[in-house]
Amino acid sequence: MESVLGRYRNLIILVGVLFLQVLGLAVQVKRNAENESSRLIRIWTVSAVTPFEKTLVWIQTSTGNIWHNYFYLRGVRAENRELKAEIERLRLQQVRLTEDAEQARRLQALLAFKEQFISQTVAAQVIGSSGSEQSRSVYIDKGTREGIKPDMAVITADGVVGKVLRVFHSTSLVLLIDDQSSGVGALLEKSRVQGVLKGTPSGEVILEKVTSDELVQAGEPVLTSGGDRIFPKGLRVGTVSKISSGADLFLNIRVKPAANLSKLEEVLVVTKVEEKEIAPSQNSTMRAADILAQRLPSVPDKPAVEDANKNAANKPANSLKAPGSAGAQTKPAPANSSANPGAETAAKPTNPPNTTSAGGPKKSAPPSGVGGPVDSGTQINYGSQVPPATARPANGAAATVKPATAQKPAPPVVKAVEKTAKPAALPKPKPPQTGNDESQPDQAKPALPDQASPTENKPAQPKADQPKVDQPPPQDSPQ
Amino acid sequence: MQITYTSGEQVEVYRFSIPVTIGVPLIAFFLQAFVPLRFPFFSMFDLPLLVTIFFGMARRNPVTGLLTGGIIGLLQDSLTHQAIGIYGIAKTVVGYGASSLGVKLDVENAGSRFLVTLVFYVTHEVVYFLVARGLVGQNLRWSWSHELWAALANAFFGVFLFAVLDRFKQRA
Repeated sequence: MESVLGRYRNLIILVGVLFLQVLGLAVQVKRNAENESSRLIRIWTVSAVTPFEKTLVWIQTSTGNIWHNYFYLRGVRAENRELKAEIERLRLQQVRLTEDAEQARRLQALLAFKEQFISQTVAAQVIGSSGSEQSRSVYIDKGTREGIKPDMAVITADGVVGKVLRVFHSTSLVLLIDDQSSGVGALLEKSRVQGVLKGTPSGEVILEKVTSDELVQAGEPVLTSGGDRIFPKGLRVGTVSKISSGADLFLNIRVKPAANLSKLEEVLVVTKVEEKEIAPSQNSTMRAADILAQRLPSVPDKPAVEDANKNAANKPANSLKAPGSAGAQTKPAPANSSANPGAETAAKPTNPPNTTSAGGPKKSAPPSGVGGPVDSGTQINYGSQVPPATARPANGAAATVKPATAQKPAPPVVKAVEKTAKPAALPKPKPPQTGNDESQPDQAKPALPDQASPTENKPAQPKADQPKVDQPPPQDSPQ
Repeated sequence: MQITYTSGEQVEVYRFSIPVTIGVPLIAFFLQAFVPLRFPFFSMFDLPLLVTIFFGMARRNPVTGLLTGGIIGLLQDSLTHQAIGIYGIAKTVVGYGASSLGVKLDVENAGSRFLVTLVFYVTHEVVYFLVARGLVGQNLRWSWSHELWAALANAFFGVFLFAVLDRFKQRA
């Protein structure tokens, strides 16, 4: 027996060692919960290796800093770094704002919708990798000491990098998105198709769970969907590089990561993501017509309107001339609004109230909240809820009348009017032509003169910083 | 290419000082983890494996070889996010094989080292693949072309690395 043991001693030891390791593997696979049983050996190894890496990175960084900041280009490098940080911040902000705008249009009915945004990050330096092609992960020089926790998102200015997998005292292990065990909830920017971003054994990144009936184009940006509760929605992940039909009616979409995962140096760990509800009064309820109304010519300043109101009160005959008179010809024809009371009036809501009231003696309410009964005694209340129809004044008419019936008073429109009610010195786009050019007000005028007075109705000289607009002809000019 | 069969008495057995025994694997880990960040192609090399093969062939003791391989493999596992033991098993087998081969063959010249490293790299990858796929359930793909290129690269690199590490050898 002893001779057998002695003869096969090496082999027995080999089998024993292998058996122990297989047993350890089986235990880990069975538990499958963060491998806490093996945490100690990981801490030992990381503690043994990362100090070298940190030291080398520190020496490298320090030497580079000394050279670049004092010998090579003094101060420029620091400034450049600050600018890069600023760009990173602005890119994040831009991504959020763009996505929020899209979101607001699509989900305007969902008042309880919650938005996410990154409110706090920790900058970290990549100090090492796992050293294995089968484990695509990197170590960063921030750990529990800096408030890093597992499952925090790791990003760069270019895009998503991965998530924190394990945290040690002063280092953390980050699982990259190209690892085969990673998964990121993602969506395509244009088609809004959602899928799961996964790594492959060869290090490629693919978007899974996209059915073949979806229209996906190469080059389409891929963003985080926020569905994984790790990455905030709207972060750039990459772009679609190749599409092919896969198995089981799913597309095989390859994605090129936006961040250069093979050469990572500095990353940001998202330590705080805030969630808040959009208030109902925010732009989420803004309609397309309201947005268009914002772009239309502004309501004049209040004092100017009051002056014009006085003038109009002094000359009621001129301002309330019947259609067909000289004064009426200079004002927009009511037919414009009445001929197209639907979407046209919603999109171009400026003509009707003023034209119907100032241009003619109509007292009846227009069909769809366009304009209102003439009430020359009321003042325009800029702080009240004003329908889009009043967002754009006609010459002098707004001074004398006010649409009394705001059929759909909406807070965003008030905002729009308030914005546009600022002094009209800012350049404004030319309003859409309605077919009756003469009905368009002079956009370059800061204050609207009384149109009944030919002397005051001269076209204002456009300022140098204002866009050149078509000037309406004098009020008394023959048509 | 000279691979000479020698008896146990004719084979030189070496040992290493404790700093070398501990320091060389640590440096290998450090380089393996650090250099690919700057030079991504470096990840195709497996420095801990080369160190395992070198120590196994130089010591020529199967038990020491398998233990060295096992410890180095386990430490390498602990740097990854995967379960600990996959590299451990693979390197245990390689350490045992290299030291057993070192007893019977003269592996002092560059040609034999090149061939031995080539064979053991492929062996290591096969064992790793089987364990990772069969025991852990990882979704791995075997690519002969990739493995052969990597084996050739490691074999070339191993020849130079072994020449450097020869300086730390001490006669037992």
